[in-house]
Amino acid sequence: MNQLKNFTKGLLKENPILVLVLGTCPTLATTSSSLNGLGMGIATTFVLLGSNVVISFMARLIPDKVRIPAFIVVIASFVTIVDLVMQAFVPDLYKTLGIFIPLIVVNCIVLGRAEAFASKNTVLSSLIDGLGMGLGFTLALGVLGAFREIVGSGSIFGWKFIQGDGILVFILAPGAFIALGYMIALVNKIKKS
Amino acid sequence: MAKTESTFKNMAISLTLIALVSSALLGFVYEATKEPIALSNLNKKLNAIKQVVPEFTNNPNDEMYRLPTGDGDSLEIYPAKKDDVIVGYAVSTYSPKGFSGNISLMTGFRPDGTIINITVLEQKETPGLGTKMAEPSFKDQFNEKNPADFQMKVKKDGGSVDAITAATISSRAFCDAVQRAYNTLQKGGLK
Repeated sequence: MNQLKNFTKGLLKENPILVLVLGTCPTLATTSSSLNGLGMGIATTFVLLGSNVVISFMARLIPDKVRIPAFIVVIASFVTIVDLVMQAFVPDLYKTLGIFIPLIVVNCIVLGRAEAFASKNTVLSSLIDGLGMGLGFTLALGVLGAFREIVGSGSIFGWKFIQGDGILVFILAPGAFIALGYMIALVNKIKKS
Repeated sequence: MAKTESTFKNMAISLTLIALVSSALLGFVYEATKEPIALSNLNKKLNAIKQVVPEFTNNPNDEMYRLPTGDGDSLEIYPAKKDDVIVGYAVSTYSPKGFSGNISLMTGFRPDGTIINITVLEQKETPGLGTKMAEPSFKDQFNEKNPADFQMKVKKDGGSVDAITAATISSRAFCDAVQRAYNTLQKGGLK
């Protein structure tokens, strides 16, 4: 029951993007299409999962004063693995996400979960927390990306369903802010009722 | 098990161990992905070459040479030969004038300088606007045009290129890249 709660809290109640509002930089920048948003979400989920498990495993062995550098090394290793693997097997997606893959290292969600959850909880709880948070992140990015792609360029996952252009502002940075703002408002409304 | 104390010795040991294990793991992943990465890059390049020049029998990648652009840089030229006769040149060109950074193209030329086809290798333009440069509706207008008598400029600047709506900068960069390829080839390779 408790573990289920650890999992579901990341999806809505403590959704990293929509409620905690962490890691908005990659969120706004990579969600210009549904595929990009989803790809970024999955890459981050993998890093979150790996780093949460390893850090909760080692937390007692790492002296407190060097915990942040230790966490960062672990996270950076996982990010580099994702970076290399994506480069090898999904080069097109890797190209579009570009600099934001290496930048997962400094994503507040990853370090935030390591510090606030994984270092204080068991390996299993941390695994589930990482999975829940990662999926919550992926969900938020996927929905945001899909919305921006539908409204902005009239297509979904690259499949065009209207001729011509959409509302261009939604593909650009200001549209990202507007769409994210409405999503947060909507989630707040759902949470209250 | 008690929490490890923050003594100098403990800190040094734990950090060293973590760094050691991480770097060993990364070395392993690097080795494992090195070949797939090189292969996918090469395939991408060969595919791009195949799209922009007529059928060839040689290996353009092995016969690649560089020609100076005249402003301190050089471009990669891939000659495409069929039975030892040159049928076209694929030129890997770029422009620094993109809306968000460099764009790079693979441009195919006939030996007389006529453009055969163009593919976009890399661009970071605005999704839905500048990214349309990779679509046939824009890039195919260059096919079978010879830059000697085709004004490689957007109509707004007095040229003959139909720019992408709301992406004039990206369109200009595209023209700039093609022009660079043509100029380089004219100076060095085309006789």
